[in-house]
Amino acid sequence: MTRPAAKLYNIAIILLAFCGGVALEKTGTIAFLTDPSNYPELMRLLFQHFYLVAVSMAIATALGLFIGIILTRPKFKRYSGIVMYVVGLGQTIPSLAVLALVMSFLGIGTKPAIFALTVYSILPIARNTLAGIRAVPVSTLDAAKGMGMTSTGILIQVELPMAMKVILTGFRVALVINIGTAALAYLIGAGGMGDWIFSGINMMMTDKLLAGAIPVTLMALLADFLVELLSAVLVSRGLRLSEE
Amino acid sequence: MGVLHFIEKNLHQVLFLTWEHIFMVALSLIIATAIGVPLGILITKKVNLAKRVINSANIIMTVPSIALFGLMMPILAIVGQGLGKVPAIVALVLYSQLPIIRNTYVAIKNVPPSLRDAGKGMGMNKWELLKEVEIPIAVPVIIAGLRTAAVMNIGIAAIAAYIGAGGLGVFIQQGIDRVYPEMILSGALLVSLFAILVDGLMAGVEHLLTPKGIQLEKRLAQ
Repeated sequence: MTRPAAKLYNIAIILLAFCGGVALEKTGTIAFLTDPSNYPELMRLLFQHFYLVAVSMAIATALGLFIGIILTRPKFKRYSGIVMYVVGLGQTIPSLAVLALVMSFLGIGTKPAIFALTVYSILPIARNTLAGIRAVPVSTLDAAKGMGMTSTGILIQVELPMAMKVILTGFRVALVINIGTAALAYLIGAGGMGDWIFSGINMMMTDKLLAGAIPVTLMALLADFLVELLSAVLVSRGLRLSEE
Repeated sequence: MGVLHFIEKNLHQVLFLTWEHIFMVALSLIIATAIGVPLGILITKKVNLAKRVINSANIIMTVPSIALFGLMMPILAIVGQGLGKVPAIVALVLYSQLPIIRNTYVAIKNVPPSLRDAGKGMGMNKWELLKEVEIPIAVPVIIAGLRTAAVMNIGIAAIAAYIGAGGLGVFIQQGIDRVYPEMILSGALLVSLFAILVDGLMAGVEHLLTPKGIQLEKRLAQ
């Protein structure tokens, strides 16, 4: 029953890829991207984009992990409800609005953009760190305590490894959103691939528009895939086995 | 308070843009539900297809919104709809598919087999089972998916102002172009408030549509 449907699906994917390729050639995107005179510009924008994402993600990961971990410590546990409520509220705020708000207070340029991207990326990481550590079974924690582990030891050797999968999911969500939002950072003067996308839209230049949109899309898909690979390395084998 | 003053002075435009925003989000949500929920139910019966459909939706979700608008412009330009509300609504429908399909699929998959057996034992056929047992139990989770989609759509619809779709994003777009801080702030605050409001409303709907028995069960579990 399902086999013809699956086959149809595969054919559809191949057809789509083919049509996509033809469309890219027809609109002149391939010519635009392979034009040597566009190379320095492409490299500059790609680097800007990469820089925005890398810096903001590094800060956001450090802060997000810190917030998530500190909220599971006995001393700060009681604040976790209110902090997570605020985080949830923050996540409903649209990315463009966050950029616009940051711009009206901090002005334009790379620094405000990195600030906005960082704030926006902390949320999923902190939430998933908290949820992941909370989900560690009490019996496992008791076993660790019974073996005489200190609370730092438990955190590093038990809680974080067990929460790793959920934390990485949060990291992946944050990274993909970050790459997409970094394309909007052009609007507040931080450059990046958004430059070509927005110029392309404004000037109705399809080749420029696609030359901006496709690298960003590939970047997001690649990041998604790489984090998937990373989770195969970082999540302990025992946990992966028990899941299967 | 520059923002309040701005909103007061431009009340007419504020109301119009809010209406445009609501229109885009609501229409796309209705279309997305009409596609996503039946598809989600269908793939619970065809396991082979489930992974492929969810993966495809996942890939669409990964594409950055402004890039998706960019990719669709030349395609929809063939039928003369490259700019404006049509590409915006198509993009919103595409983005909504993942939360709606995934939640529908997971919710129906998670209906306890014992309940399904009970239904069968009462002589229900496949359709009755779906209508009387599986869907009512799955509704809260499906609504949760719609809630995620709605909040996300409000944010993406704001970006759609750049492809001429209107909505509250217009304030942000024109405010940035004209370096008019009150306009930017008004746009950003209104969109944020709208998203928070819809999130709260959908949470209420989620609660209302949960069958009484399940509500009771949850309360007892606490």
